[in-house]
Amino acid sequence: MLLIACPHCGNRPETEFRCGGQAHIARPADPAALSDAQWAEHLFVRANPRGVHAERWCHAHGCGRWFNALRDTVSDRFLETYPTGAQPTQTSDARA
Amino acid sequence: MRRFSLSSLLSESLKGHRGWGRQWRDPQPKPAYDVVIVGGGGHGLATAYYLATVHGITNVAVVEKGWIGGGNTGRNTTIIRSNYLYDESAALYEHALKLWEGLSQELNYNVMFSQRGVLMLAHTLHDVQSFKRHIYANRLNGIDNEWLTKEQCKDFCPPLEIAGSLRYPVLGGALQRRAGTARHDAVAWGYARGANARGVDIIQNCAVTGIRRDAAGAAIGVETTRGFIKAGRIGVVAAGHTSTVMAMADLRMPLESYPLQALVSEPVKPVFPCVVMSNAVHAYISQSDKGELVIGAGTDQYTSYSQQGGLHITTHTLDAICELFPQFTRMRMLRSWGGIVDVTPDRSPIIGKTPVNNLFVNCGWGTGGFKATPGSGHVFAHTLATGEPHPINAPFTLDRFRTGRLIDEAAAAAVAH
Amino acid sequence: MAQPFRLSRGGRIDRTRPVRFTFNGRTVDGFHGDSVASALLANGIHLVGRSFKYHRPRGILSHGSDEPSALLSVDRGPGRVDPNNRASVVEVRDGLATHSQNHWPSLEHDVGAINDLLSPVFVAGFYYKTFMWPKKFWDQVYEPVIRAAAGLGKAPSVPDPDRYANRHAHCDVLVVGAGPAGLAAALAAARTGRRVILADEGPEPGGTLLHDTSAEIDGRPAAQWLEAALVELDSRENVILLSRTTAFGYYNHNHVALAERITDHLPNPGTAPRERLWQVRAGKVVLATGAHERPLVFADNDRPGILLAESVRVFLNRYGVAPGRRIVFATSGVSAYAAALDARAAGLAVTLVDLRSEDECGPELASLRAAGIEVLTGHTVIGAKGAKRVTGLVVAPVDRAGRCGAHHLIPCDCVGMSGGWTPAVHLFSQSRGKLDYNAAIDAFVPGTSVQGERSAGAAKGTYDLAACLTEGDAAGAAAAGSAERRRFTASPTPTGFRPVRAMPTDADPTKVRAFVDFQNDVTAKDIGLAVREGFRSIEHVKRYTTTGMATDQGKTSNMNALGLVAGQLDTTLPSVGTTTFRPPYTPVTFGTLVGPARHALFDPIRTTPIHAWAEARGAAFENVALWRRAWYFPKPGESMHDAVARECKAVREGVGIFDASTLGKIEVVGPDAAEFMNRLYINPWLKLEVGRCRYGLMLKEDGYILDDGVVARVAPDRFHVTTTTGGAARVLAHMEDYLQTEWPDLRVFLTSTTEQWAVIAVQGPKARAVISALVEGIDLSPAAFPHMAMRTGTICGVPTRLFRVSFTGELGFEINVPSDHALAVWEAVHAAGEPFGITPYGTETMHVLRAEKGYIIVGQETDGTVTPDDVGLSGMIAKAKKDFVGKRSLARPDVVAPGRKQLVGLVTDDPALVLDEGAQLVADPDQPIPMRMLGHVTSSYGSANCGRSIALALVADGRARLGGHLHATTPEGFARVTVVDPVFLDPTGERIHA
Repeated sequence: MLLIACPHCGNRPETEFRCGGQAHIARPADPAALSDAQWAEHLFVRANPRGVHAERWCHAHGCGRWFNALRDTVSDRFLETYPTGAQPTQTSDARA
Repeated sequence: MRRFSLSSLLSESLKGHRGWGRQWRDPQPKPAYDVVIVGGGGHGLATAYYLATVHGITNVAVVEKGWIGGGNTGRNTTIIRSNYLYDESAALYEHALKLWEGLSQELNYNVMFSQRGVLMLAHTLHDVQSFKRHIYANRLNGIDNEWLTKEQCKDFCPPLEIAGSLRYPVLGGALQRRAGTARHDAVAWGYARGANARGVDIIQNCAVTGIRRDAAGAAIGVETTRGFIKAGRIGVVAAGHTSTVMAMADLRMPLESYPLQALVSEPVKPVFPCVVMSNAVHAYISQSDKGELVIGAGTDQYTSYSQQGGLHITTHTLDAICELFPQFTRMRMLRSWGGIVDVTPDRSPIIGKTPVNNLFVNCGWGTGGFKATPGSGHVFAHTLATGEPHPINAPFTLDRFRTGRLIDEAAAAAVAH
Repeated sequence: MAQPFRLSRGGRIDRTRPVRFTFNGRTVDGFHGDSVASALLANGIHLVGRSFKYHRPRGILSHGSDEPSALLSVDRGPGRVDPNNRASVVEVRDGLATHSQNHWPSLEHDVGAINDLLSPVFVAGFYYKTFMWPKKFWDQVYEPVIRAAAGLGKAPSVPDPDRYANRHAHCDVLVVGAGPAGLAAALAAARTGRRVILADEGPEPGGTLLHDTSAEIDGRPAAQWLEAALVELDSRENVILLSRTTAFGYYNHNHVALAERITDHLPNPGTAPRERLWQVRAGKVVLATGAHERPLVFADNDRPGILLAESVRVFLNRYGVAPGRRIVFATSGVSAYAAALDARAAGLAVTLVDLRSEDECGPELASLRAAGIEVLTGHTVIGAKGAKRVTGLVVAPVDRAGRCGAHHLIPCDCVGMSGGWTPAVHLFSQSRGKLDYNAAIDAFVPGTSVQGERSAGAAKGTYDLAACLTEGDAAGAAAAGSAERRRFTASPTPTGFRPVRAMPTDADPTKVRAFVDFQNDVTAKDIGLAVREGFRSIEHVKRYTTTGMATDQGKTSNMNALGLVAGQLDTTLPSVGTTTFRPPYTPVTFGTLVGPARHALFDPIRTTPIHAWAEARGAAFENVALWRRAWYFPKPGESMHDAVARECKAVREGVGIFDASTLGKIEVVGPDAAEFMNRLYINPWLKLEVGRCRYGLMLKEDGYILDDGVVARVAPDRFHVTTTTGGAARVLAHMEDYLQTEWPDLRVFLTSTTEQWAVIAVQGPKARAVISALVEGIDLSPAAFPHMAMRTGTICGVPTRLFRVSFTGELGFEINVPSDHALAVWEAVHAAGEPFGITPYGTETMHVLRAEKGYIIVGQETDGTVTPDDVGLSGMIAKAKKDFVGKRSLARPDVVAPGRKQLVGLVTDDPALVLDEGAQLVADPDQPIPMRMLGHVTSSYGSANCGRSIALALVADGRARLGGHLHATTPEGFARVTVVDPVFLDPTGERIHA
């Protein structure tokens, strides 16, 4: 079970959290303007890196707030967590 | 290939088994092949086997970064069934099930396919409706599946607790009698041996590090840790690592890789006659020929390549097992492990062409790929041989995510695979 | 029974507390402090089981949790029977009944031993090569026989009377293993004041100090040092010392799972839990898990009476038991010398055979000879004699090239063998640390760490006592953040050995049965066969031969197997690979892992404030999500069908009362609340008037229906949102996600009020009459309070949000009141309704009534692949809205393509026939299989109000098929149906506006 540092509550066990998948995917401002392929890309295509991944977490059974994290998907080690809307200080391996 | 038979086994027994040769060679990679398959799991090896046997294409290499069958092929709970709801899935898995039914003889390798029956338990009225929808659809598709009352469930699986005092009492179940289990490792080895005998090169400890493309963008070969290998066509069958391999061709896939855990108990004398699945409480259990209770747990909620998940996933599954089979609390967990499963947005596989010429992919099997192994290999071999999908894998395109023609069994039935 | 092999003195057993138990029905005496293994040995019992495959007689190999062979079924009383217990770790207590396993008719005379004669056939992987003809024989003949032969003990067959507990704990330093290194680590960490947990799998902490009776630490006997250490740890409040507690799993982020065995060793467990799962989140972890001794691989090395050398020493020194009177130690290293000396000191006849040459052996030899021990250096073991008990060891001189000289039989009744040591790196490996091969000690040792742990002592390949203590101290201090270090002095521990994979022999290798994995009956020959057949990685060899896959998980066999593979391939150990260790370290009961999570604690049960009232009325209940909901209210003698028919009629003809409290409720508040609603729902919200309600439908971004529910605008900046019962949490999470991450600029707060508001639905033509006398501050007249309006006021003096809404098609009200007052209001409404014949109804009637009106239930008519248009609700989409969640997906090619399944009604030719929900629909019932299916039945009921059965269905191009015929599957075959409009009653909706 992961130990996750909620930016608002500190270290808490994973069972208090819900993972929301890849972070930093903004909902398009005008979805109607997108082609079907572009919309499918937005909906379905996700970074799946073997390495550092920027992902969303929600402290669902705590403060209820969403935040972002950088986690290494090979070691499962968290590099950092940071509030929604902020940018991480390190970079992710989001090519895959 | 030295044929396996009772007489060859007995004659070898008298000679200290010194006459058995290698089940597959350990060749150096050739500079070029007609087809290179990336990934030496069951699906990749089956693809190579059917390329050779059905399509006569034997100038084939299977490149595997570790050891064949070392990924999800050897890490699953070996459940085989075909009672899927949608016509597309039903056709695919039934195609596989029919191949399973003759596979030991076909491969001359006992894969121990055991049609013990898979019983799926209904715990809510919603489950009952959903199961009946499946049963009726399966029957009209020519796939066996039948409704059992809870008493009939108990008869079929005596250890099952059907008391009303359960948190989610058993209301009945759907039974596919032709479904069952197989010996997972033997499937990989059997296909490898069969493919090898027909000239396929199985190259272990050879990681793909790049996909080389020509000026027009078409794939022409793979860079590996053992050098460049030219390929007429490339089939990527890399399960949880597919995203990483496809990124080498600058393709982004609708895939995420999750840890999936399973465990076995200590071996005991026969106590569990069939396979029981309960999606409502997340329990998947059977007993292996060796006597271990084989139990499937769920995926963790985050993507990971670690082949290791959290303890709470295991305990959650055992909660459900002990709720349904309370006498098993004194059994012991012997071994647990994890695999990396690649999951698509509709939890159905992608089998077919990619936007890159000569590059084909077979992925996204999520938690349910083992049961499809022969069928998957068979239709993917067709696709690689002809350049076009077999009618059975034609619906499982990458393009369906653009058009919206998803094949979402789980959404339709809240059924995990 | 006397204990003929109990030494007259020594050991840590309590000779003043005799214990009596049984083995295969025979009474066995021992002492408090004995393990079953030591008590059996004290009574000269070596034959304790039959092996898995060949049914060979097997004895006790080890004194610890690495025991592969001595597996017993243990009976601790009714329901407390379980298989596969290692005799070496089960503590004796009065009344325990133990049984050997895997034999018939008896342990001594086992028919299955015929397999041993067939062993030339039953080699590794033989089953992959045969049992394929004729094809159908696999399921019917071969597999049942294989299964019956496999397995070890019998599974428990009755429910377990014991209970299991679960505890979460945090500490600064977790120390695993209370041997010298672990104790030193715990002491060092504890002295800093940090919170320390020290866990040890044995019944008594101390590790090797419990049997290393000649050792000294800091100038005093080790036992004294141990006692002082335990006293100090016990005195410190910041230390939790857990014995009988196995750290079995090392998970992410220093989450370590421990299994504590609490009552199995007690004659009377009382009410205490049997076992407890500790889930420890540790700041730092010190792994001081010791090492396992390797057996030697020689012919018939599995005979009862052949033990590990160190185990012989443990039985002598810790339990005061002589495993034999004439003991031969066979070794390739020096550690067995201490065991030989102790055996000699106990008055036993001792011979020691060392594979190493005289000059390799070193100066310790002199002490052996001085003690009167016969020593043969440069000798190999050719094989063992005896079947159910070893009677002798055949040895021969061997030169460095492996050439054997003349054989020589040494008669004996016990063998202590030692092939060197393997650090227990299991937990380190589980923590994902990378193992390094250390050639000097021929072992994999902890290399690069991934988590916050450090290893110390034998677990790290450090075998010398002083070094273990010093290393443990340093690890404990460092884990606790202290710079202080101590140095220890101790008597030296001779540790060298020559790695040997299989003892040299001059026998025909195809005839030698030298066991590597004792429990799974894997021989060196099997490993050779696997390698010849092309299985070259250790993972392949394991899977093909099953070596290391038994209940001991290869603790004693893995290194020998690896070495044999490497030897055959003429390569190094690391290139063959080492296995990645997975939890658990030793097997853990399901009960421990499950803890109390059974029945009502398996999943929470949610009930409404009205639940007790419904129970008292004899309601039947159904599970809906976590809720228990009243399903129907049968009167005495009534069937479900009768009860539902009566309830349905009562609502349409008079009035019914229904507990709708499980509906999800969310309060959406803020200046941007309407804009927020507008973006999330397909409907328009900006112009909804205060005091009005609207039926809302929301989609996921993929365009499929997520949830629905009536929403009231309570104030310009406040909406009272309702959701489906099962969807409440999902919808709130969906809303929060969009609000926080996509539209953080919107000034909106979301609050779940599901538990705060109870909902009492009063439905039927007489509904207004029933509540009118109870309501204050609200004009209930149709003009002032029309359908789809919401008013605030009081009912029975309790504040209410009163909705005029209907899921039945009748005049109806949904009375929202604070949950604390709900039962009182319910009872008052029910009392007020009695003159009108008010009828409580359950979810089944609710389902029937809404189906009569063609109202969908999300999750029943929809299944995650259904769009608003599919269920005929595309008219709700606000045309003026440029965007809402899911809108773009509705324009995808296959979502707008013709042929999608659409909601319709169905009526059967036979009005009494109620179709199965889930029935499939076809146009031509005579077509060949596979048939083309056009849709399926989503809802189906007998409708008392319609006087016939009705059904809803999703059918391809259904709206174009109205009036046409289809055929539905039934258990008996096909039944013809007519496609109709899904509204069966009151299509113009007059009743609802009454």
